[in-house]
Amino acid sequence: MARKDATAKTLEKIEKLAKGVVRDIQKKKNPQIQIPLRSLSNIQYSAKKKILEMGKETQDRSFFNVSQARKFMQTFLVASACKELLASGKTTSIRDLYYMTKHTLGNSRQNTFEEQDESDPIIEDLEVTLDALREELHLFANRKGLMVGPMTIIDSGDTIDLRRQGSGGWGVPSIVEPNVIKFGKHEAKYVLLVEKEAVWSRFNEDKFWKKEKCMLIHGGGQPPRGVRRLVHRMHHELGLPVYVLVDNDPWGFYIYSVVKQGSINLAYESMRMAVPKARFVGISSFDADRYGIPEETAIRMDEGDHRRIRQMLEYPWFQHKKWKRELEAMAASNKKYEIEALSRRGISFITEEYLPRKLREKDWLE
Amino acid sequence: MAKARRRTAAAEQLELLAPSAERKGAGGRKAAGKTSAKASSTARAKAEPTPARKTVTASRPRPRRATADDLAQRQREISVSEFFSKNRHLLGFDSPSKALLTTVKEAVDNSLDACEEAHILPEITVEVRPVEGAVDRWVVSVEDNGPGIVKSQVPKIFGKLLYGSKFHRLKQSRGQQGIGISAAAMYGQLTTGKPIRVWTKTGKGRKAHYFEVRIDTRKNAPEVVAEEEIELDKDHGTRVEIEMQADYSRGQRYLLRYVEQTVLANPHLAMTFKRPNAEPLVFPRATEEPPAEAKEIKPHPHGVELGALMLMAKESKARTVSSFLQTEFSRVSAAVAEEILKNSGLRKTIKLRDIAEDREAAEKLRQGIVATKIMAPPLNCLSPIGDELIRKGLISFLSVVEEEEPEEEPKPVKGKRRGKKEEKTAEEKLAEAARAAADATPPQEGEEQIKGKRFFIVSTTRPPKVYRGNPFQVEVGLAYSPDWPQDRPIELYRFANRVPLLFQRGACGITEAVVKTDWKKYELSQPRGALPVGPMALLVHIASVWVPFTSESKEAIAHYPELLSEIRLALQECGRKLAAFIRKRKAAAYELKRRSTFELYIEEVARSLHHLTGTDEDRLKRQLQELARQATGGEETDEILDRVVRKVDDAFAETPEEE
Repeated sequence: MARKDATAKTLEKIEKLAKGVVRDIQKKKNPQIQIPLRSLSNIQYSAKKKILEMGKETQDRSFFNVSQARKFMQTFLVASACKELLASGKTTSIRDLYYMTKHTLGNSRQNTFEEQDESDPIIEDLEVTLDALREELHLFANRKGLMVGPMTIIDSGDTIDLRRQGSGGWGVPSIVEPNVIKFGKHEAKYVLLVEKEAVWSRFNEDKFWKKEKCMLIHGGGQPPRGVRRLVHRMHHELGLPVYVLVDNDPWGFYIYSVVKQGSINLAYESMRMAVPKARFVGISSFDADRYGIPEETAIRMDEGDHRRIRQMLEYPWFQHKKWKRELEAMAASNKKYEIEALSRRGISFITEEYLPRKLREKDWLE
Repeated sequence: MAKARRRTAAAEQLELLAPSAERKGAGGRKAAGKTSAKASSTARAKAEPTPARKTVTASRPRPRRATADDLAQRQREISVSEFFSKNRHLLGFDSPSKALLTTVKEAVDNSLDACEEAHILPEITVEVRPVEGAVDRWVVSVEDNGPGIVKSQVPKIFGKLLYGSKFHRLKQSRGQQGIGISAAAMYGQLTTGKPIRVWTKTGKGRKAHYFEVRIDTRKNAPEVVAEEEIELDKDHGTRVEIEMQADYSRGQRYLLRYVEQTVLANPHLAMTFKRPNAEPLVFPRATEEPPAEAKEIKPHPHGVELGALMLMAKESKARTVSSFLQTEFSRVSAAVAEEILKNSGLRKTIKLRDIAEDREAAEKLRQGIVATKIMAPPLNCLSPIGDELIRKGLISFLSVVEEEEPEEEPKPVKGKRRGKKEEKTAEEKLAEAARAAADATPPQEGEEQIKGKRFFIVSTTRPPKVYRGNPFQVEVGLAYSPDWPQDRPIELYRFANRVPLLFQRGACGITEAVVKTDWKKYELSQPRGALPVGPMALLVHIASVWVPFTSESKEAIAHYPELLSEIRLALQECGRKLAAFIRKRKAAAYELKRRSTFELYIEEVARSLHHLTGTDEDRLKRQLQELARQATGGEETDEILDRVVRKVDDAFAETPEEE
């Protein structure tokens, strides 16, 4: 099967990496690997594809370099653990992997990893170095995000009707590739991605998705890979337009930009995750006036917010005129609004008036 | 003269404000009891009149208005000795504990100056002994092998303030104003009623003389109490003894520091210090070479101020302005004098008398001087200690001091959670090995072994420089020992013309220069705005014909920018050498640390690679270990490691005995 081929291919990639290093050692050379650089300096915004892409810069990671020796050791420790997973045909969470590989070094007080924060970046390093996705390494992140809507899906062979998920919703898994999740029958006209669970619950309780015939999904803040990948698939495979509803603050805008163009850290996955045509429906910096949101619901911006705005205005993918206008208006007003601020106008104001009017008037940014 | 008059006027005001000398004395003592080295005596002087003013108003509740005539009746001249007997803190007699030090210092300074001028290698014995039956009375005795003092001079030298040979000369010397020793005598006389006692002999076959001299403070004049011809069984020399009220138990610390540091800055001096209840402290000479004699020079034109210029013109015997300039100043040739005149825009025929009397003409001449480029003053008026002798001085100083003050035993670290048997972790072993590795580096240039401790010693003598026409020269010596405690501020020894400065460290320009130097560059830590921290002793010496002290007690140096920048340059020069030394030691420790880091990870890497490729794990390990060896200094590190292992083994062999 396709799955098995993929596994064999990934195993091959890992072993190839290790063999190169063994060759270095036998040639009495400083063993080293090249890791594509995952930082802003190695990110390009492709104006044509309208997504963030990773450049060609790499960093060396060699063993006989005091500042790299530890990471070098960790990289092969993780690679070795992934081989074990692949060989046994099991998948595990990245937290699990952290515990699998964590142990004390010799009789020192040092561990191979001190915290999960140390092992997560190593996994990402390995992904880009091997050009293998996390799921291809048989790893997944903790799930986060819920979905409901007029659609039936097949998840690992189980048929699930997303119209009958009650108040809880269906938890979006970390791996949503076609071999795990298949789309069944649906009547959805668009996808609505909201920033947080509380807002998602409001929309679910008001059965907004039923009335509007939309897939309602949230990502608990910055949406995880599974949610982004699923939105990407629904957009491209089912041809559904995507609307994003986030807080009116720099962080909210950034979430939208990640959904739309991809993130700096996961730029190598933009192709599979970014939805360049995603639309920003709110909360806009001009909505407070337009929708009569009382001023006392505003939160004063702090220095961190302003700094973030200045940073975002520098990004090449934030150069659209309308975008700049939004950010500049926000900075000038020194105010930010949470989505929940709309509840001052009535608890269901957002589902009954705000969003329907927005969609009707096509009052969104693209 | 003008200066003295100004002082008198100030004193007059003080006296009007504080009629009771006793009260004032008491206040002074109280303040002095709390005196720290940092407290400024000038600040105290300013603070004192305030309470006194209060007492004046309090003691006269209903004052009768004094008329101008009344006031005029009270006006009278005050002698300099009267002034200083009331303001003794200005001269360093602010407390019974400091009095001993100041007395010894003045006497020793005089002895050293005299020996230097007479080309005699000095040999000085300082003695402090208690007076029987009195707790707070002590006799200070200082004896030298100097040229002695001519009989007729003895009374004035010891019994009159502001009488001396050095004030009017431009030459590097310890004493300057001619106040010191007579002030000490006066202090003794004021506190005990006893006169100063002097024994002196000027040469082989000559008669020796014994004197007892008192000071008539009203007149600032000597009064010979006893005088007789005696026998002295040495060729020449002087011995003075002053009995005074003092506090030896508190003052001994300063005294000891003074003696030690004087030896440090005068490597040609043989010094014996006889102390109560302790073995005499004997410092042998570090060199038989007397210091180069400092020559007397004439003032440099660029240093002269308007009033001084007019006074010199008045007193000069020269006929013309040109010859006045040539004879009274250094570095003025006929051509230079002509250029000065030209630049001043004065008539060529101007008379010297016009300069002396006409302020405007004098000012023009001064501007002419400023506008003329004149060669720097001759620098043979300076006598620096010299690089080599600073080194020798530091070494011999450290040998005596290390013996005298056994270092505090490092406190055993209590409460370690580990039992005896439990093994040390790799990190602890590594830290130990790194320390040991630094010690196992081969001795570097400038390294010395003193009493089993390792010292790195460097010194710098800057080329002479000039400020305000006064030549000066800065020297720095630095001793760094990895075996000293690492976490204390450095020891700073300040010297001016070879005299240690023991007080007012915070107010001193030398301290400022040290603080403002960035010691982090030189591998020492340094809290903001403070002395650096580290196992180091620093000697800073300023030699000059005129040292700008902040006060008459000569405890701190004024903050002249020219001076400070020279000190900084010298410190930087020494600092760079220090940094090289420390870095070399660190490098050894660093290679060792790197090697052990790699070794810690090799096992993991070999295991992972074996799992991934099937290559033999042990072989990989061996290959990686060999690579690690090469990557971390190879054989050199091996050797150091070898020494470290031996050292650690030795330490292990010793441990059972300790336990």
